[in-house]
Amino acid sequence: MNRKLHGIHAPHRKNTADSVPKRMPPPPVITVPMSMNIGAPAKPVVKAGDLVKVGQIIAEAGGFMSAPIYSGVSGKVKKLDEILSSNGRFDTAIVIESDGQQTLYEGLTKPVITDQKSFVDAVRTCGVIGLGGAGFPTSVKLNVDPDRVHAIIINGAECEPYITSDTRTMMDNADRVVMGAQLLQKYYTADRIVIGIEDNKPQCIEIMKEAGKDVPGFEVAELPAMYPQGGEKVLIYNTTGQIVPEGKLPIDVGCIVINCTTLAVIARYIETGIPLVEKVITVDGSAVANPQNIIVPVGTPIRDVLNYVGLKTEPRKVLYGGPMMGICVPNLDAPILKNTNAILAFDEKDAQDPVPTPCIRCGRCVNHCPFGLMPAAIEQAYNDRDGAALKKLKVNLCMECGCCSYGCPARRPLVQINKLAKAVLNRYNQEQKALAEKEAAKKAAKEEAGVHGK
Amino acid sequence: MENNKIVSVNPHIYAPDTTTTIMRDVVLALVPAVIASVLFFGPRALLVEAVCIAVAVLCEWGFEKICKRPNTIGDFSAVVTGLLLALNLPVSIPIWQAAFGAFVAIVVVKQLFGGIGMNFANPAITARIVMLVAFGSAMTTWTAPAFADATSSATPLSIIAGINGVTAGTHTADELPSLVQMFLGARGGSLGETSCLALLLGGIYLIWRKVISWHTPVAFIATVFVLTALLGQQPLYQVMAGGLFIGAFFMATDYTTSPPTPKGKIVFGIGCGLLTVCIRVWGNYPEGVSFSILLMNILNPFICNLTRTKPFGGVEA
Repeated sequence: MNRKLHGIHAPHRKNTADSVPKRMPPPPVITVPMSMNIGAPAKPVVKAGDLVKVGQIIAEAGGFMSAPIYSGVSGKVKKLDEILSSNGRFDTAIVIESDGQQTLYEGLTKPVITDQKSFVDAVRTCGVIGLGGAGFPTSVKLNVDPDRVHAIIINGAECEPYITSDTRTMMDNADRVVMGAQLLQKYYTADRIVIGIEDNKPQCIEIMKEAGKDVPGFEVAELPAMYPQGGEKVLIYNTTGQIVPEGKLPIDVGCIVINCTTLAVIARYIETGIPLVEKVITVDGSAVANPQNIIVPVGTPIRDVLNYVGLKTEPRKVLYGGPMMGICVPNLDAPILKNTNAILAFDEKDAQDPVPTPCIRCGRCVNHCPFGLMPAAIEQAYNDRDGAALKKLKVNLCMECGCCSYGCPARRPLVQINKLAKAVLNRYNQEQKALAEKEAAKKAAKEEAGVHGK
Repeated sequence: MENNKIVSVNPHIYAPDTTTTIMRDVVLALVPAVIASVLFFGPRALLVEAVCIAVAVLCEWGFEKICKRPNTIGDFSAVVTGLLLALNLPVSIPIWQAAFGAFVAIVVVKQLFGGIGMNFANPAITARIVMLVAFGSAMTTWTAPAFADATSSATPLSIIAGINGVTAGTHTADELPSLVQMFLGARGGSLGETSCLALLLGGIYLIWRKVISWHTPVAFIATVFVLTALLGQQPLYQVMAGGLFIGAFFMATDYTTSPPTPKGKIVFGIGCGLLTVCIRVWGNYPEGVSFSILLMNILNPFICNLTRTKPFGGVEA
């Protein structure tokens, strides 16, 4: 069990760690997509021409696995539009023209929390989703039997290069993080409540230790600064020693992992009644003139964000999130999402994709993979479209953290191949299932015939 | 700001190492051995090295040109192969034979199997063995090195083989160089194999640069040390003799022909050590490093399969 998970030592580039987030003036127009969370998209409850205020609901949860959405500006709903999102799908979005006033909605009330159920309801109403980047509806994660929870792990690792928005949460809103932690402790009776922070953020460790010193059971885990320390399964293992088995969830090993900013947003809602309407984001990258942290309404077009912080040169590649797992945006009209924690804009030089050369079988991909997968072997199996081999190689465990591609001296597109290989494996599994069903039906038919024959 | 954004799959940053920088590091790590070869065997050593490198690069370029494959001479892998081959040849080797060896290494062993990353055997080692079989006497004609007190130009291992009566020869223990001479390189042998000091410097550089890991060389050398001690030989002498250092640090660590995982590397190193000792003690040849590495290259796919990593949280289906 003394396995040490591998990873990479990417450059930290936390240039903005000392940048206290400034609130950007409201943009003239925001575009709020309905599919910001994993699961069902939200359902719009406003129509063109409606007047809305900050914190007013504009879309309700579209099912259990969903979250409501609130307006980040005050103004008038211009239209419901179809936009192309970064995953290549079209998505409904509510376009709101700001009046520049940022008037707060009068109907905002603090939630009344008496037990676990009302706590989960409050989290749901808050509209919060996994703000570390995953976008999993937090209320679904918390909607579990409290007796199953042994450890609550707060994710303050922030292992991606550049991003410092969680750093700022811990430095500026430590009290809210601790308040959220106390609420979780109250309703989930967990033995341990651990906040995991990489040791390249000594100020955060110091501040969190101070803020949580009077809370029994609250621990600060100083973790080595090694990407992907903040990966859910990695964090669980490095703080509790538990291994989440294939196909299982953290709760199956008694753990709940929650991002520190997610927790601070929940605490703010409970304290003030203001739901998730704005985000602290880090704006950095080689095309950005003044890298800094800013607070923007959800739905702000990236173009306005970049114009506000200033550009050195025209960006050629723009990312949601960090450089290891960040998603490219196709154009600058794309909006800031609930789970956007950074916008990185790179110049011509840094935007270029490297040219792959033949694999030299150096084994760096194998020795960097946190989960002990063999990306080079997966590439071969993928080239052969060999579903059985991919099943054995466990490509389904891959979290696409990017360590294999990062370290590859031949610049093989290993993450991309793993993504494609997962699709091959899925098809193989479906075929195997269909085959097994056919066999079973045949066997049943034969047996029946046998019975009749007697 | 037009719609001209580059869209690609993560990650968007990369480690500085590339195939080219890795091969350049290997060449750098071999510089001490090259200097030692010139010191001990004179300027002809440089000629042999230059010819092997030039022919290797030329063959790579020519073959890829003929086959319309992308040109890979820029990655320095052909330079590494040519240099390693040269360092495994005696200084007196006829130039045309050295050139033939480089041709075999690049065209037959490397390119015919698909080029870089596709060959199953180490090109330099296989070419050396081909030359050993084809040009037996030229490949075992040794020149006495400079700074050596011993009168004999034979390699220490062939002297030992002669003393033990394994091969026909009339050698006495007086001809053996001292341990210090062995370590510095003042002894008979191939161009680059004699100076353990120079090879150790290069090996440590490669480990420090994380180009190779310590597993294979340590397992290889330790196995030879332990086994020869058990068999009543002088282990320190055996470890420094022959091509063990160059083999352990530079040949058995070849990426393409050895396992990727630490576990596999240790198995590979132990296997190499075992075969080396068997050949040295019981075989017809006084030296067995090349053969042992080639044999382990052949076993490599099996070692890879048996030493796969265990997926984290993986459940057996």
